[in-house]
Amino acid sequence: MSTENIKSIENDEFELKATCINNSEIKKPWTAHLVYAFMGMLFGIVFVKAEIVSWFRIQEMFRFESFHMYGVIGTAVVVGMISVFIIKKFKLKTLDGEEVVLTPKTYNKGVVIGGLIFGLGWAITGACPGPLFAQIGSGFMVIIVTFLSAVAGTWVYGYFQDKLPH
Amino acid sequence: MLELLKQPWPWYVAGVLIGLTVPALLLIGNKSFGISSSLRHICAACIPANIKFFKYDWKKESWNLFFVGGVAIGGLIASFVLTNPNAIVIAESTKEALAANNVKDFEHLLPTDIFSWNSLLTLRGFIFMVVGGFMVGFGTRYAGGCTSGHSIMGLSNLQLPSLIATCCFMAGGFIMTWLILPFLLNL
Repeated sequence: MSTENIKSIENDEFELKATCINNSEIKKPWTAHLVYAFMGMLFGIVFVKAEIVSWFRIQEMFRFESFHMYGVIGTAVVVGMISVFIIKKFKLKTLDGEEVVLTPKTYNKGVVIGGLIFGLGWAITGACPGPLFAQIGSGFMVIIVTFLSAVAGTWVYGYFQDKLPH
Repeated sequence: MLELLKQPWPWYVAGVLIGLTVPALLLIGNKSFGISSSLRHICAACIPANIKFFKYDWKKESWNLFFVGGVAIGGLIASFVLTNPNAIVIAESTKEALAANNVKDFEHLLPTDIFSWNSLLTLRGFIFMVVGGFMVGFGTRYAGGCTSGHSIMGLSNLQLPSLIATCCFMAGGFIMTWLILPFLLNL
């Protein structure tokens, strides 16, 4: 097998890993997913009640005129770090008794280029993907257009993936 | 209690609850927190068009679609049941700067003079909704994650690529806010 073939297989595996964030091997009926809808719901309530989904809060953040968003993201990261540390340290198992699997993030040029493009878009729309869903739920139906455009952006990335620098 | 819940929630409450999403998803079902992937799953499910990037078992990831569906329902509950009786309070300096750049509505979560069906057909509305949305979808996938997947999940797991991604998200946001937005807002 040529090196090129091997490389492309590795890339495929990397790509799958980058998506497959369900690291559970257990197959469950779709109704088992309702717990995630419930968690998403709690998450959406927090998003709106703490006004993270507000375009104005994002403007404040990028203008350094409020601590709010920095406080939210900073606290979330610290709580997340401590939680992951505890999970690793005590080798906590999932409710189904599985080993918790954490997929490492891989670096390529896309992290920088894509990151900048997303950042530019974030300041325009005032929303990352999560808040888009919460804004629609909050009754801003026109954000469905923004959401569909984001789906289109994702699709176009998939279409041109091989031609983009990585 | 209900009155308290209706007020805007402080950052430390939101930060802790969002942070706890990470271990909750891991411990309930070995799922890594991330939201922008849902956009990819939607592509894979609806418009795969034989593109390699969309040929994978999206059903295995359908929990993610349930999660984002839940986020929309949560938005509905927060806005229509736990309705904040007051207009959103933002920093006076931000308000002045935006007002000077042709933003008129400061009552809602979003300025409805920019984000509305009527403005969709204006150049300004088109850029803020359609172009902005496209950049969010394209950029997050190119970067391999968004604020949740990289900045929260990735940083929680001490991933260097996620730190680089987060710095780039912020850099892009600063460039837009300080250099380009004043021009776009006045279109």
